[in-house]
Amino acid sequence: MKKRAGTVTARPATVSPSRAIAAALKYAVLLAAVFVILFPPYVVILNAFKGNEEYAKSGVFDFPSSFLNLDNFSTVFHRGDMLNAFMNTGTILGLSVLGNVLMGTMVAFALGRFNFKLKSWILGAYVAATLIPSVTTQVATFGIIKELGLFNSLYGPVLLYIGTDVVQIYLYLQFIRYIPYDLDENAMIEGASLFRIYRSIIFPLLAPATATAVILKSISIYNDMYIPYLYMPSQKLRVVSTGLMNFVGVNSAQWNVVCAALLIILIPTTILYLVMQRFIFSGIVNGSVK
Amino acid sequence: MLIGGIDNVFSSSLSRSKEGLPMFAMSYKVQRYVILISFLTLPLLLLAVFSFYPALYLAWLSFTSWDGYSPEKAWVGISNYKEIFTNADIFKVLSHNFVYFIGGIVQNIVALFFAVLLNSRLRGRNAFRVLLFLPYIMNSVAIAYMFTYVYDAQNGSLNALLTSIGLESWIRSWLGDAAIVNYSLAFISAWKFMGFNMVIYLGALQSIPGDLYEAAKIDGAGPFKSFLYITWPSIIKIVELSMLLTVSGALEVFDLPFVMTKGGPAGSSQTFVTQTVETAFNFSNYGLASAMGMVLLFIVVLVIFVQRKLILRGGD
Repeated sequence: MKKRAGTVTARPATVSPSRAIAAALKYAVLLAAVFVILFPPYVVILNAFKGNEEYAKSGVFDFPSSFLNLDNFSTVFHRGDMLNAFMNTGTILGLSVLGNVLMGTMVAFALGRFNFKLKSWILGAYVAATLIPSVTTQVATFGIIKELGLFNSLYGPVLLYIGTDVVQIYLYLQFIRYIPYDLDENAMIEGASLFRIYRSIIFPLLAPATATAVILKSISIYNDMYIPYLYMPSQKLRVVSTGLMNFVGVNSAQWNVVCAALLIILIPTTILYLVMQRFIFSGIVNGSVK
Repeated sequence: MLIGGIDNVFSSSLSRSKEGLPMFAMSYKVQRYVILISFLTLPLLLLAVFSFYPALYLAWLSFTSWDGYSPEKAWVGISNYKEIFTNADIFKVLSHNFVYFIGGIVQNIVALFFAVLLNSRLRGRNAFRVLLFLPYIMNSVAIAYMFTYVYDAQNGSLNALLTSIGLESWIRSWLGDAAIVNYSLAFISAWKFMGFNMVIYLGALQSIPGDLYEAAKIDGAGPFKSFLYITWPSIIKIVELSMLLTVSGALEVFDLPFVMTKGGPAGSSQTFVTQTVETAFNFSNYGLASAMGMVLLFIVVLVIFVQRKLILRGGD
């Protein structure tokens, strides 16, 4: 009888047949779930490569005559001004992520390495801020952005993405506890300035948290529709989400072209996800421990 | 343990340094001030402007009749709130939000189930985890249109699939039938977030030491007993967290009904937030929309406090 150290589920020590049935059932259920998950994207992929006439004549589940038919994709790029949308998204993403990382590490350093009078107030303020879902206050935030003159500006969303991300700060605060302050002490004995300590010791050592933050934040900004929709209605400032909305609104009858648009939008994050999944999973699990 | 470490070294104000920047000529005491102020001012300012001030501003706006354009904001007292609580339509949408809540419960149960499955010895479990989590990272607008395509009544794939396996009687107008539209939408939400829940549960399950289960097995406990007495108590905190996210998610649902049905057919898929946004931007009634926002904020905070109380009670 095999006994494996670290086995987590209690399995009855019985003969093979019932264990085989249990395993088969597990796989069946999991495969059913995978089918449900992959069915919609599958249908989209099938139909994105069909030309207009081909699409009109074929059934939904028919394979396209050629998976190399990229006509629909170029239509999307031209008609949908997708390049502009990607560039806007990229700009917003780059600035927001940079701001987030800098701010997150700085706040973690200030709150995690020093004791001072207002510290518990500040920590409390961050906790209180998590109670206020930004969805509810959006009407007021809209007024504020308008008054700051940032309506229809790329910087409006950037500011919002940086200013409302409290969870990030928390993650950094958690993470900084694992950096031993002997390092700080040794550096100070050698006469390094506090800023130097931040720059050369703390910031680099926060890299794993930064990596997770960059990936998760990028995905969340890329997928967001609410903020770009409310604050950047201008045609030139379309991002990926609003660009897609606009495109489908105009071309809704041509499903094969729409499918191509969907694929164009979905492929970047899917690739990023498949490559970086370990970081993503560890980031989420660690974050939920908060 | 580590907090305040730097403060303890302040007795020696070393100012020798390899760099020539003026900061390094300052004592650590001064540097401390500089760092604290320069590192915390901007973040706190952003926090104040974009987290706290909006809440206050929202409260104030809810007592006005601002239309979003004119500089004047006339005070109307609590008439916005009266409107919310007397106009049946406004609270009716909460029944639509409730469907998402039900979907969220199902989603959590399924997620926990799969987490338990993936926690056991299983070949290819990493592949399953990667696949089941995939929807979470997809763009929500893309998901909305993807499912609009699947749910399409005329040439949609779902109805085609049902036909091909002989379940023609199950064919529906998934987005056009007022009775089921919210369920169709809630399913999409569950589809998207199940993997996310599952990964969180999986993380919690994996932190339970295996010896507990071994000991239980020796004592003769079957799989159900060990789930009830070992697994459940260890993950209850995560379950609370998930429930909180589920409830607030159900209250704040916006993307799906907004993109897919615009609240239709005839307002039957309108949710609290889509209605708030509509009130503000389509009807130019920012005062009423602010009051709605305040009501939602109040409900969410209430839910959080109730849940905290339940946790302290220690029950499940």
